[in-house]
Amino acid sequence: MRPRVAFFSFGSCEGCQLQVLSVEDVLPELLAAVEVVNFREAIDDRRDDYDIAFVEGSVIRPEDVAELQAIRARARILVAIGACACLGGVNAIRNRRPVAELARAVYQGRQDGVFAALPDASPLAAVVQVDYEIRGCPIDRGEFLEAVRSLVAGTVPAVPPHAVCVECTLRGTPCLLEAGVPCLGAVARAGCGAVCPAFGAPCEACRGFHDVPNFEALGEAFVRHGLGRPQAAEKLELFNNYREVRRAWEPAGPSSSAT
Amino acid sequence: MGASRAVVVRHVTRIEGHGNIVVDLEGDVVKRCDLEIVEAPRFFEALLQGRPSDEAPRIACRICGICSVGHATASVHAVEAALGITPGPKLQLVRRLNMAGEWLQSHILHVCFLVAPDALGAPSIVPLVGSHPDVVKRALRLKRLANDICCTVSGRHVMPISYHAGWMGHWPDRAALRTLQEGLIAAAEDLDALVELFAGIRWPAVERRAEHLASLEPGGAYPMMGGPLHSTGGGVTAPEAYGDVLHEYLVDHSASKHVRGSGGGGGGGGGTIRVGALARYALAHGRLHPRAREAAARLALRPDSANPFDFVAAQVVESVQAHQEAVDAVTALLADPAPEEPARAARPEGGRGVGMVEVPRGTLVHDYTIGADGRIAAANCIIPTSQNLASIEADMRAFLPALLGKASPEIAHALEMLVRAYDPCVSCSVH
Repeated sequence: MRPRVAFFSFGSCEGCQLQVLSVEDVLPELLAAVEVVNFREAIDDRRDDYDIAFVEGSVIRPEDVAELQAIRARARILVAIGACACLGGVNAIRNRRPVAELARAVYQGRQDGVFAALPDASPLAAVVQVDYEIRGCPIDRGEFLEAVRSLVAGTVPAVPPHAVCVECTLRGTPCLLEAGVPCLGAVARAGCGAVCPAFGAPCEACRGFHDVPNFEALGEAFVRHGLGRPQAAEKLELFNNYREVRRAWEPAGPSSSAT
Repeated sequence: MGASRAVVVRHVTRIEGHGNIVVDLEGDVVKRCDLEIVEAPRFFEALLQGRPSDEAPRIACRICGICSVGHATASVHAVEAALGITPGPKLQLVRRLNMAGEWLQSHILHVCFLVAPDALGAPSIVPLVGSHPDVVKRALRLKRLANDICCTVSGRHVMPISYHAGWMGHWPDRAALRTLQEGLIAAAEDLDALVELFAGIRWPAVERRAEHLASLEPGGAYPMMGGPLHSTGGGVTAPEAYGDVLHEYLVDHSASKHVRGSGGGGGGGGGTIRVGALARYALAHGRLHPRAREAAARLALRPDSANPFDFVAAQVVESVQAHQEAVDAVTALLADPAPEEPARAARPEGGRGVGMVEVPRGTLVHDYTIGADGRIAAANCIIPTSQNLASIEADMRAFLPALLGKASPEIAHALEMLVRAYDPCVSCSVH
């Protein structure tokens, strides 16, 4: 029997679900391999008898916690898709500021009803057990398809263990850090094909960090190329500011007294 | 007083983001008619504060997966305006090509994947794979082509990479442009078939006047890359003075702000406004390419249409326009694909800058103040869907009298179709 899959989104841009819809050439084959029973952005059905839940977005509102727990209770396998769900992503840039201050900046100070938000924007794993992660902002459609193939076959989706620098080297992209651009390729988890440096933007570690990131060396490399350690810290905050992640790198990390 | 009943749709399907339709009726009296916007606040304006201005397009594009090229464009325009940077002609052309790719991608996604199932009596595109394989294959081919445009220019469509104030991080080379040109030429037939498909579809007649707004660029091009804000009421406002005509306010049932206009152009006392394909068509139909004008004639789309269901036909017309814009841009770039020198900042000490562009769903504003340290001190973003929300609710009220004799599920379905016609981008509206 085809596995029943569902898609859900919490605080996000829904761009990862859009990447799922961008599998144009293989959409018919994908629909033959799995039965989509819940995907609000694309279909009217909304059944709760799913085997695999793909969940996008961060936990941001008080009610998100119970909703995510309910999805976890129903799904045999829960897959976090995208930086917001896996890391907190850009949503978590705000975690250094109190919500009341943000509400004053954006909602005339209102924090009631539809304007309510938790103190931190968090990845899914802060609330429930996550079985697999598909990293990236946005996710790569090829990686998504590979993950579906693995899950249908009952195997574990592979996550590349190495740094984005490796992929830049393979691609022949000149080093941006050596040119004085604050690039995180040395600590960032690969799998994206190093597309950002190839298109003229630094790696900002939207897939999180690889297995053995050396933040001390990253800080030194920033200084060696005319940048400051605070710039490294500030860059690391873009997609990886969630507190648990920060705790993991801060003891050895660059000074966090950025800005 | 007749019997009370409620019509509730929790999480309207086939739209971007989370919205609820909540209608309370007492007999034939509409006591409440809301589109609740229940999407998580992400505080993007606050996220941008303190960040280096070069990061702005890459942070801002994360507001929305569907219109991330539009956000990157408005964002980079705001940074350029603040720093006194005038983008060169080729830079503008490449950005226009990418925007055309996003329009095509977004409009095809909406009209074929989200709306066509309503017209063909299906709950999604999935059953259409079996019942209308040609419709689905065409839609997939056009969406693929639109993706290819954006991948060629900016590395990917969702979260474009190469946007910098005054320069591109990557220039498409001749080989990539040739491949794109072949794809574009082959797609012309698919667009003709798309027009034919929608020419055969009839939508409910809901007529309600509202002020229509669009940002028209100088020079006579179809509105895409921004310029003064024009109103069907006759007003013309400079982008940096948008606050004079777009008034944001909070309502209890929506995490997105609502926006009211100046009250002109048929917007009435409530100042309801519409932006997007229908408004652009109203204000700039004379600027369309002859191919797109032909499509509009085939679809019998009137410039003075007050029917929100005509957003769909207007998007079909703009799909043809976006395809033609891409053909023209690729042809021009192929004639001279050499990269352009970066434009310099005349005001590196910073200041305020407003980027106003036409994204698939309407006029998008990014307003930044950049400090002497090169960081963003303040940001404000006004999203097209926020501007349309009050009109969506007013249109639901205008539609309801014709629906009152029907059972609640049918009313719910009809109102969902109306909301869907606007192609709301809900998480974007909340940001």
